[in-house]
Amino acid sequence: MKEQDFVSEQLGRSDYAIIGEIVEPGSKVLDLGCGEGELLQWLAVKKGVDARGVEISGAKVQRAIARGVSVFQCDMDEGLSDFPDGTFDYVILSQTLQETLRPRDVLREMLRVGRRAIVAFPNFGHWRVRASMLRRGRAPRTKLFPYEWYESPNIHFLTVDDFEDLAAKDGLKIERRYFLSGERKVTVLPNLFAEVAVYLVTR
Amino acid sequence: MIVEADTIGFNSISLDNGATLAPIEVAYETYGELNAAKSNAILVLHAFSGDAHAAGISHETGKPGWWDNMIGPGKAFDTNKYFVICTNVLGGCRGTTGPASIDPKTGCPYAMSFPVITVGDMVRAQKMLIDSLGIERLLAVSGGSMGGMQALEWAVAFPDSVVAAIPIATTTRHSAQQIAFNEVGRQAIMADPDWNEGNYYGKNPPARGLAVARMVGHITYMSDDSMREKFGRRLRDKETFSFGFDVDFEVESYLRYRGSQFVGRFDANSYLYITKAMDYFDLTSGRGTLNAALERTRARFLVISFSSDWLYPSYQSQEMVRALRSRNCDVAYVELQSNYGHDSFLVDVAEQTNLVRGFLASTFEKVR
Repeated sequence: MKEQDFVSEQLGRSDYAIIGEIVEPGSKVLDLGCGEGELLQWLAVKKGVDARGVEISGAKVQRAIARGVSVFQCDMDEGLSDFPDGTFDYVILSQTLQETLRPRDVLREMLRVGRRAIVAFPNFGHWRVRASMLRRGRAPRTKLFPYEWYESPNIHFLTVDDFEDLAAKDGLKIERRYFLSGERKVTVLPNLFAEVAVYLVTR
Repeated sequence: MIVEADTIGFNSISLDNGATLAPIEVAYETYGELNAAKSNAILVLHAFSGDAHAAGISHETGKPGWWDNMIGPGKAFDTNKYFVICTNVLGGCRGTTGPASIDPKTGCPYAMSFPVITVGDMVRAQKMLIDSLGIERLLAVSGGSMGGMQALEWAVAFPDSVVAAIPIATTTRHSAQQIAFNEVGRQAIMADPDWNEGNYYGKNPPARGLAVARMVGHITYMSDDSMREKFGRRLRDKETFSFGFDVDFEVESYLRYRGSQFVGRFDANSYLYITKAMDYFDLTSGRGTLNAALERTRARFLVISFSSDWLYPSYQSQEMVRALRSRNCDVAYVELQSNYGHDSFLVDVAEQTNLVRGFLASTFEKVR
């Protein structure tokens, strides 16, 4: 199965396709906030990776384990501390950075337990978000940020440029960057046109 | 599925306390077929009062096994795919050598001359059976409560013989609270004059003491919620209080019934020995820290705890999971929501079934 089929038919999430491209076969992968383990299962089957996951929702953990993925129920803000340094080849954080209590600590921990981090997040700088805010004068609600402010799990909004700034500040090396709008890749002005950004980062 | 127990004899076993027990017998049942590669064997381990009859209908008693809802064709431990084995533990009273067995030296029951055994001893007796069946590696070892302790001991003591371990509602070491409840049970038995220093075989057993011990046990297996739901303050066969000390409440009736029923099927001295083995259980003992204890295990783990289990609370499972993680072991863990307290692993098995089935399938895939 090609990555694109995987996206449209299996998951409908374009960042997963990019992650599927990045991860080397046979590597050791930890997915933080892995949900029901769809990505991990796919990586295990198609790329032969040793797949592990962390997820806070018991119901999702159950479904992940039932599909044969080794997932443990844990809060991501503290779930990494037990792992020895350099345990994983990749630590994945897909669309969850903006939900963590201490995103900077999470990034640091990811790069402690893993040699590389793959971080995907929704870009708060997208023009629709900006337009929504400008027009309505309210906390933006768009396709990517569909929640009322009081129900949103997103507590640390960030943009493409914000992430680049933090990476520079904390000395993280960006090996690759991908910008997506729907399933299309964005090549110009990503801070304005990318809905989702995917970064491959090392120390 | 009608099943019959088998018994196998061994010349002797060396025990953790330094003694040698000779000879011993181990009672066991099997379900399903061992494949040609002998790669589909699963050892299921019983909790404190269980026995080798884990599944199917007993030829002898006509009763279903203690985990019949988990073991069988199409069930979590699918006997169409796997070969499932269950033994009665050493020190037990259901076919395996225990304090009620005859000491060949005296021709009388061992009673209190039976050596104090440990969970490690129980597991070594099981290993002798597994060896005699020609099985080098078990696809999985699994059990709840004391069964979970044995599963952990297996993974640590015989790392090359265990592909996966599924410890459920259990701990890596007995806590003060767990030891305390066991001690109340033991004291109830030993306070019964019929106990007679353990020498009651052929006479009246310490039925009252054993029944009280069991009553305490049953309380710890339930939760406040499940007791409220099951009994509330309902009265038993009456409209008003009796203003006496006969049974008033449903819960009293239930506990008395469970207590007296237990006396018919369990040996009081086995109660003493097995609870002691649980109290002595500490995966770290002789191995330093929990991390050091887990150093040699290469098993994959599925750890399950239950939200309302206050006897073996989730924090104990989480402690185990954290240690496994720091040893970089392959571990899956979830706390299941259930109201049934410690008994959940026996009675509330729908979600547990999905977990075990998926975990075993992916494990079996890896060894094939």
